[in-house]
Amino acid sequence: MGDDKVVLLDFWPSSYGMRVRIALAEKGIKYEAREENLVDKSALLQEMNPVHKMIPVLIHNGKPISESLVIVHYIDEVWNHKSPLLPSEPYQLSQARFWADYIDKKIYSIGKRVWMGTKWEDQEVAKKELVECLKTLEGELGDKLYFGGDKFGFLDLALIPFTTWFYTYETFGSFSIENECPKLMVWATRCMQKQSVSNSLPDPHKVYDFALQLKHNC
Amino acid sequence: MGESDEVKLLGAWPSPLAIRARIAFNIKNVNYDFIQEDVEAKSELLLKLNPVHKRIPVLVHGDKPICESLIIVEYIDDVWSSGPSILPSDPYDRAIARFWATYIDEKWFSYFKGINATLQEKPKKAAVDQTVEGLLVLEEAFVKCSDGKPFFGGDQIGYLDLAMGGYLAWLTVTENMNGIKLLDQAKTPQLLKWAERFRQHPAVIGVMPETERLTEYANYILPKMRGDNPPK
Repeated sequence: MGDDKVVLLDFWPSSYGMRVRIALAEKGIKYEAREENLVDKSALLQEMNPVHKMIPVLIHNGKPISESLVIVHYIDEVWNHKSPLLPSEPYQLSQARFWADYIDKKIYSIGKRVWMGTKWEDQEVAKKELVECLKTLEGELGDKLYFGGDKFGFLDLALIPFTTWFYTYETFGSFSIENECPKLMVWATRCMQKQSVSNSLPDPHKVYDFALQLKHNC
Repeated sequence: MGESDEVKLLGAWPSPLAIRARIAFNIKNVNYDFIQEDVEAKSELLLKLNPVHKRIPVLVHGDKPICESLIIVEYIDDVWSSGPSILPSDPYDRAIARFWATYIDEKWFSYFKGINATLQEKPKKAAVDQTVEGLLVLEEAFVKCSDGKPFFGGDQIGYLDLAMGGYLAWLTVTENMNGIKLLDQAKTPQLLKWAERFRQHPAVIGVMPETERLTEYANYILPKMRGDNPPK
């Protein structure tokens, strides 16, 4: 493992990129972080992910892996000597994958409609949907410390990056996620106490500034 | 839950996603109870077992439901580990297989379903063009993944063969109904040959719907899904 060369093509506000940062930190993997400019994509990004030309891309000894959850699976399978991220029991593994897939299908696209939305009615609909999703996830968390149980794992890693965007959603949408989903916020705070998480996530206010800039440019 | 617990699959014979799970069961030689759902009227059982997405397929192992076809396939591979492997054993090959399966479901299928989603010529042609472009990408993926062997998975059908193969019957029906060629000797020769091999695989025969039966079903269901005006 000592001779491994690991590169991560990333973009600082990307929730998907954050997932990979956390996974690498959990495993204590040394890597070169390369910040991509998504408006002017590098030749390397286009070569390593020709199909989507999107980050994150993990490059392990010259071989690229794309799609954040695929990358996290890969990291867990290759660096399997410490900090397991995925459950080993097949049913629990299937449930972790199911909910991560749910997050992927819902949070980003609904969240985007909340902060990018220009019509009040559309924003209101999106807000309701977002709150419903977060409440569903809160229900899945139940009384557990983490989604995986007693330890931080795959599903926690899949969701926690989106919490850096909550301030953005709340400010543009004029609502409080804390009021709607208090248990989820307790979980988020607990996750942020882990160094692997707090070191991997940007300041929500910086994310808001970025989103504001993006919205003004549109 | 172990290999000997009761296994049920909620699905429907025309469903590409259910087909994936059924072929996976055949690969592992697992007996299961196939409970056919009426796609037009979701049963209480389905709504109870998949309250989040309310759709088939749902695998019920013992009393535990597992949803989403690719997650079901990985589960089958994990539980019935004594049978032939469905996912590749090498982590990098697994990552590549998962990447392409995600591409098929999230990108390619969104183009493909666009073909039958409209009767209007312009959007239909756009969907056809995008679908064919996607198949060109998948042709390249097949050449890389198969590395000269008959299937995406190598000598035996695997995860990516199931991911793509589930759609083959609908691909043929869509070609016939619209008078078009999607898989093409000139543009996607390797995929065309792969499709033939896949259809004839023992784990696939009996699961892949026959073209005539599926065409009849498509003629019934597609107008309803599109909300076509009834004929005058």
